[in-house]
Amino acid sequence: MPKITYIENSGNSHTIEVAKGLSVMEGAVQNDIPGIDADCGGGMACATCHVYVKEEWSDKLLKKEDGEEDMLDMAYEPNKFSRLSCQLIVTDELDGLTVSIPVKQG
Amino acid sequence: MIKTDTLIIGAGPVGLFCVHQLGIIGLKCEVVDNLDKIGGQCIELYPDKPIYDIPAIPECTGEELTNNLIKQIKSFKTSFHLNERVEEIKKVEKKWLVKTNKGTAFEVSSIIIAAGVGSFEPRKFPTKDIEQFEDKQIFYSVKDKKIFKEKTISIFGGGDSALDWAIELSNTSKVILIHRRDDFRGMQSSIDKVNKLKEEGKIKIFTKYQLDSVQGKEKIESIGIKHEDKSIKEIKTDYVLGFFGLIMRLGPIAEWGLNLDKKTVPVNTESFETNKEGIFAIGDICSYPGKLKLILSGFHEGALAARGCFKYAKPDEKYRFEFTTSSKTVKGRLGIKE
Repeated sequence: MPKITYIENSGNSHTIEVAKGLSVMEGAVQNDIPGIDADCGGGMACATCHVYVKEEWSDKLLKKEDGEEDMLDMAYEPNKFSRLSCQLIVTDELDGLTVSIPVKQG
Repeated sequence: MIKTDTLIIGAGPVGLFCVHQLGIIGLKCEVVDNLDKIGGQCIELYPDKPIYDIPAIPECTGEELTNNLIKQIKSFKTSFHLNERVEEIKKVEKKWLVKTNKGTAFEVSSIIIAAGVGSFEPRKFPTKDIEQFEDKQIFYSVKDKKIFKEKTISIFGGGDSALDWAIELSNTSKVILIHRRDDFRGMQSSIDKVNKLKEEGKIKIFTKYQLDSVQGKEKIESIGIKHEDKSIKEIKTDYVLGFFGLIMRLGPIAEWGLNLDKKTVPVNTESFETNKEGIFAIGDICSYPGKLKLILSGFHEGALAARGCFKYAKPDEKYRFEFTTSSKTVKGRLGIKE
């Protein structure tokens, strides 16, 4: 299974095997990684699963769909590496992906 | 003090259908919601997005679903207390006493929490040490636009609220619109209007900037905004408005002695009652093995919670199951004339 690394704002790092087809958000929620709230449950409607993708990964991910950037306007301290983790679906290509979790989600 | 059978917290789709289910079994209820309108997440987060998994409705938007649910409960003439949040609940003998932040008080035999992920509150600036200026020079909504007359207003955000207020206030104020990227997500007509006002020199626009700091001790004198490339610009301003949408917070519900599992309330699946007698939880806020956060599941949960409320409202009566197709009593409650 692909391994995803989640880095909390405190620096705590969690590397977890996430089944293909799940989102990076689901991987976090199912493994009790703190800091990813996902209030709307993956509907791209709340911007509380916001993460920063490591620079070297930002080009390898699928481009943002319409709506993701709009929701990121509402996220807490977004920057150009911001993504909604509910929109990142785990595949073999994402093995080794590292995402950082913001200070808070809102 | 308002006396009724049941208080529903949350006017989203699940709370609305629960009004129906209470109504047809002859129970009265009132509804409290922190938003200024009925519909919950459906109306606040996705009024225009189509929903495809409401049984027998192949496609409808959040707004259409809300309007239909309101229509379905019309005959019950339910009172909605909008812009109010339930703060306190207290058990006195067999009744629950409930108080909202506006001071409205209820005496009920049961409470149904249909509060989704909690109440909606404005998202705020992440900038440090600015709380002291909130509601003085920093606002997340406009209550009295007169105070902005002939002042300099810095408006942050890229959606309709930010654009609409930039347009409106540009009539009487100096408006600076600041957004984190070049694209605005509001209605095209508003975007065009803002661009026109910019050309006419009536609005200044800075994109790829976010609020970095505020300067001033008692009063904000100026703000620092930071570009994506990290460069900083100082802007003299009298007021700062931030429009970043709403976020859901569990709020006071966490302090009512209910069992909590993360941000959800565990319930039994027979009546959706919580660990507190007479308090039920339905919709996104409840959890149980197999829980799905679907509107259709919330409808089912509300139907059973309503029946669960019956014994508290009418302890001396026995609840009798009836169909809307055949029961005259139920049809009467629904206001159907035969």
